[in-house]
Amino acid sequence: MSNRKKAYTTTKSGHGIRQITSMRLFLPIVCLLAVLLVNVITTPNFFVISMSGNGVLSGYIVDVVNRASELVILAVGMTLVTAASGGQDISVGAVMAVAAAVCCQILSGGEVSVNSLANPIILGIVAAILASALCGAFNGFLVAKLNIQPMVATLILFTAGRGIAQLVTNGQITYIRVGSYQVMGGYIGKCPIPTPIFIAIAVVIIVSLILKKTALGLYIESVGINGTASRLVGLNSTMIKFLTYVICGVMAGIAGVVASSRIYSADANNIGLNLEMDAILAVALGGNVLGGGKFSLMGSVIGAYTIQALTTTLYAMSVKGDQLPVYKAIVVIIIVIIQSPVFKQFLANRKAKQASVVKGGN
Amino acid sequence: MENNVVLSMKDISKIFPGVKALQHVDFKLRKGEIHALMGENGAGKSTLIKVLTGVHALDGGEIRMEGFEEAIINKSPQDAQNHGISTVYQEVNLCPNLTVAENLFIGREPKKLGFIDWRLMNRKATELLRDLDIDAGATDKLEECSLAKQQMIAIARAVDMKCQVLILDEPTSSLDDEEVEKLFVLMRRLKKEGVGIIFVTHFLEQVYAVCDRITVLRNGELVGEYEIADLPRVELVAKMMGKDFDDLADIKSAHKALDKFEPIVEANGLGRKGSIRPFDFTVNKGEVVGLTGLLGSGRSELVRAIYGADKPDSGELLVKGKTVKINAPIDAMKLGMAYLPEDRKKDGILADLSVRENIIIALQAKKGMFHPMSRKEMEEAADKYIEMLQIKTASRETPIKSLSGGNQQKVIIGRWLLTNPDYLILDEPTRGIDIGTKTEIQKLVLDLADQGMAVTFISSEVEEMLRTCSRMGVLRDGKKVGEITGEDLSQEGIMKAIAGGGSDE
Repeated sequence: MSNRKKAYTTTKSGHGIRQITSMRLFLPIVCLLAVLLVNVITTPNFFVISMSGNGVLSGYIVDVVNRASELVILAVGMTLVTAASGGQDISVGAVMAVAAAVCCQILSGGEVSVNSLANPIILGIVAAILASALCGAFNGFLVAKLNIQPMVATLILFTAGRGIAQLVTNGQITYIRVGSYQVMGGYIGKCPIPTPIFIAIAVVIIVSLILKKTALGLYIESVGINGTASRLVGLNSTMIKFLTYVICGVMAGIAGVVASSRIYSADANNIGLNLEMDAILAVALGGNVLGGGKFSLMGSVIGAYTIQALTTTLYAMSVKGDQLPVYKAIVVIIIVIIQSPVFKQFLANRKAKQASVVKGGN
Repeated sequence: MENNVVLSMKDISKIFPGVKALQHVDFKLRKGEIHALMGENGAGKSTLIKVLTGVHALDGGEIRMEGFEEAIINKSPQDAQNHGISTVYQEVNLCPNLTVAENLFIGREPKKLGFIDWRLMNRKATELLRDLDIDAGATDKLEECSLAKQQMIAIARAVDMKCQVLILDEPTSSLDDEEVEKLFVLMRRLKKEGVGIIFVTHFLEQVYAVCDRITVLRNGELVGEYEIADLPRVELVAKMMGKDFDDLADIKSAHKALDKFEPIVEANGLGRKGSIRPFDFTVNKGEVVGLTGLLGSGRSELVRAIYGADKPDSGELLVKGKTVKINAPIDAMKLGMAYLPEDRKKDGILADLSVRENIIIALQAKKGMFHPMSRKEMEEAADKYIEMLQIKTASRETPIKSLSGGNQQKVIIGRWLLTNPDYLILDEPTRGIDIGTKTEIQKLVLDLADQGMAVTFISSEVEEMLRTCSRMGVLRDGKKVGEITGEDLSQEGIMKAIAGGGSDE
């Protein structure tokens, strides 16, 4: 999709290159490409996709796209929350755990480990999403209605969420050892492409459509840019902020179910652990201002894939798991600096200087 | 130093990037006087105070205090306090969770063996409060005291620190009449004890009730220092606004008179505590009604109460003869109202959004989330108003923040015209806009009225109001005090009404 956009601007005008570099998604895409480029050099077989013995696609790149799914889904919600409220929802990781716990508990009917379902899967999923929507509504109420800073408001569920999940599962890890439950985190029938990829794409498409086909996208940007002015033109700023938190909660719920399906269990302590920070990072890498206002959903999605590509790359370069954060941090620092206004200004100044030197020479 | 002069500021200049905030201002404060510092917003009152109290460094001039040989330099409010200058701000700068005594002595607690001597402190506090006739206990929590008492405690703290100069910066704006009177009693007492008081306020009545002298600033320059007896209210207003009576040629508007009165909006006793006292106000179809008064007199608050920007807490509102309930701006919009706010930057523009989005946002909000306008509709609407109002913009997709102030304002006007309102409220639509655009906007207002729109027009510029309005409501100190029509609609009539003076009420 991004490539098509690029081509379009190039053909439209003679100043194609400048137009491309000034595009919002330019830098996020460059960052993603840069990460991938490193792989071409260091891990030649990074882009090799093969059919493994059990009839599914495998390879690093498939792994990146597959593993990034939860993050992509979270990043969608986080983008909206950030745009409308100028703050972030740090409870999404914990809410994932709540959703997983609710889902598994309903499917197991209260048992610790089951080999058959106590309730239909759809019931579990709906309940999980309702529970996470409720968590989102709680956050939204604190932020939009009571005007509590997003970071502080969502800190409550960030801390309490995993406890609630433990409570739901009675402190056990609930296992659902049923093939049909593993579909969402695994494969649909004989389809060689992992299901989470489809779910992530579907979520992105549905949310994009909602933003496009209703005025919600414009409303969110207005409220994020200037809440008072938005109120005076007739927008219900409180309601719109609230809504973004509910959506963010639902996203966390979907991500939680996918994550739980991957390991066919509800592990309250580990599902979605530290994922909220990656989600926020994805929003930032996507070129979105964390202070709210205009946003790009696609940017965040690209950001999410970049982060996962980075993680997988480092694993491919056989960096040890516990050292991973250090390398990740270094790369993130570089990416964030490249995208910072100060650095852009610096580049612009240099360009201007060079231009003036050339002119002087003539 | 002159006899009796406790503070003299000479040739004070202060430059902020792009603005000359103060230019060669002189100010003198004598012992035992209450000296009002007057001027409209942006005149330089607060800058002068901030330079004096060391919040800002001065760029030129000198400050002398009695008892100091050299000119003094205040680098911080602490320095100023050591030189005997204390300030009490509009928002009380005390700690609400501490007791009255703790607040009085914070930072200079009486100590015994390195520990705070609580008994001595509470005793001294009680004495101080009794001395100044302040009805509060030393061990009461500050937050349990009324705002007026807190203000007086702040003053008591300043007085106890042996200040020679006491600055009261808008101390009365959140007090009711009775509390103001109590504050005045305290001020007069301090005056008797020889403290020089600088009183910054925009309430004319209060200036004449308590002050001895007035210094007027305008646009960062000194207009003059006057004895209160030599400066009638009308002249004070003229000096603040920068108009002299004699040069004022009356301009009568050529607007045609209404032949029938068809009220669009009628407010009966509408009011909101702390912002605008209950008022009656009617605007008819095809009529431009102005609201006049000094800044902060309640002009904006009045229209905000009608529009529901601040929810009124008393009275009723009729739109086209029907009683209506407005809880939020969207309700007012659905009744055909439109409101261009005073502060374009803060309340008007959506800076990062495009001109197109800024134009359609109000209509889109009115239509609701599930009825989005198509791209084509938006572009047509945007193009129509860019063309009609001659908005100078690179394209309709340019962010509004990169337009000039006047063009931003036109975008906001376009935004409201697009909603096709019956009643249009314009609060300072021409502030900070070049003269050409101003005239265009004035003409537009008259045209709209001729087409049957009811308009309320607020402006600080009297000429502009005279040119556009056929009737004018007058506000003073948060209260609508009267209306001017017909013959009285002249510069002089308006200024007299703004200044008031008791006889015309």
